[in-house]
Amino acid sequence: MSDSPIAIEQHGPEHLHHFADAEQQRDAASLGMWLFLATEIMFFGGMFLAYLVYRSWYYNEFAAGSRSLDIYLGTINTAVLICSSLTVALGVRAAQMGNRKLLVILLLLTIVFGFAFLGIKGVEWYQKYEEHHIPGRTFNADDLVRDYPQIHIDQRPEQIYFSLYFAMTGLHALHMIIGVGIFVLLTFHAWKGRYTPKYYTPIEIGGLYWHFVDIVWIYLFPLLYLIDRKPLR
Amino acid sequence: MSEHIMSSKMYYTIWITLLCLTVVTAAVSFVDLGPFNTVVALVIATVKALLVVLFFMHVKYTSEKLTKIVIVAAIFWLFLLLALSMADYGTRHLS
Repeated sequence: MSDSPIAIEQHGPEHLHHFADAEQQRDAASLGMWLFLATEIMFFGGMFLAYLVYRSWYYNEFAAGSRSLDIYLGTINTAVLICSSLTVALGVRAAQMGNRKLLVILLLLTIVFGFAFLGIKGVEWYQKYEEHHIPGRTFNADDLVRDYPQIHIDQRPEQIYFSLYFAMTGLHALHMIIGVGIFVLLTFHAWKGRYTPKYYTPIEIGGLYWHFVDIVWIYLFPLLYLIDRKPLR
Repeated sequence: MSEHIMSSKMYYTIWITLLCLTVVTAAVSFVDLGPFNTVVALVIATVKALLVVLFFMHVKYTSEKLTKIVIVAAIFWLFLLLALSMADYGTRHLS
């Protein structure tokens, strides 16, 4: 017994010793990320519920607030996020094929799109600040209905709309900032050549997170920007 | 997660479709459809989300059933949260 050495198999990062095989390890990592995303759905879900309840109570205020958002910047930002999702998906593909240079370029492009989104969002928030649409002492929503004397809105429920607007887009932006941080790390490791066609799990599950944040925005855009854009009678 | 490698042409097709749907949903919001404005906006958003989940997130090609169960369960939890809460708030004026 004593003279037979315990066989320690040498594995790469694609197969750590506590997994039966590389496929099990990949599946475990991916399942873990999906479970995390399930908790994220509930995290955002509470806000979507608050939105739903208040929108059903204060429809006029929500519609007026929605009309005041910049639909062009909102649409452009949606497109920016969709482009970033494409670069992430193509990045995973580049990793699968072992194309390190292309992977680094696509990851960098994703980061650029991420910053573009945050920049445009910042411009929109600043517009709201200048228009006194940030809830609080200086809040004033009179300008929302100045041209529409037939519509009556109350200031307090109008603040609820903008509170939810800032909370939801703010939480989403926080996820974007974290996502950019993750992708900076992934880019660094990709550039170092850590990912191979056998081991690209971090790219794959980092991508899952990025796509999830994109999906949240896919719902935020119509719910916040497109409530009531039709011509007012 | 399967190691199925999708063609880049497929990714570009999904990308173009998502961009078109974004323009469509923004444009349709200016047309007066009555209560159906919200319905159309949410249907388009759900189609977009499905495209991202199935193709960009590779769920269509995964062999792992557990992943699919987690996704369906997550959506079901969200449905419970929204539906049961609205069953309360939506019917309070009736009492």
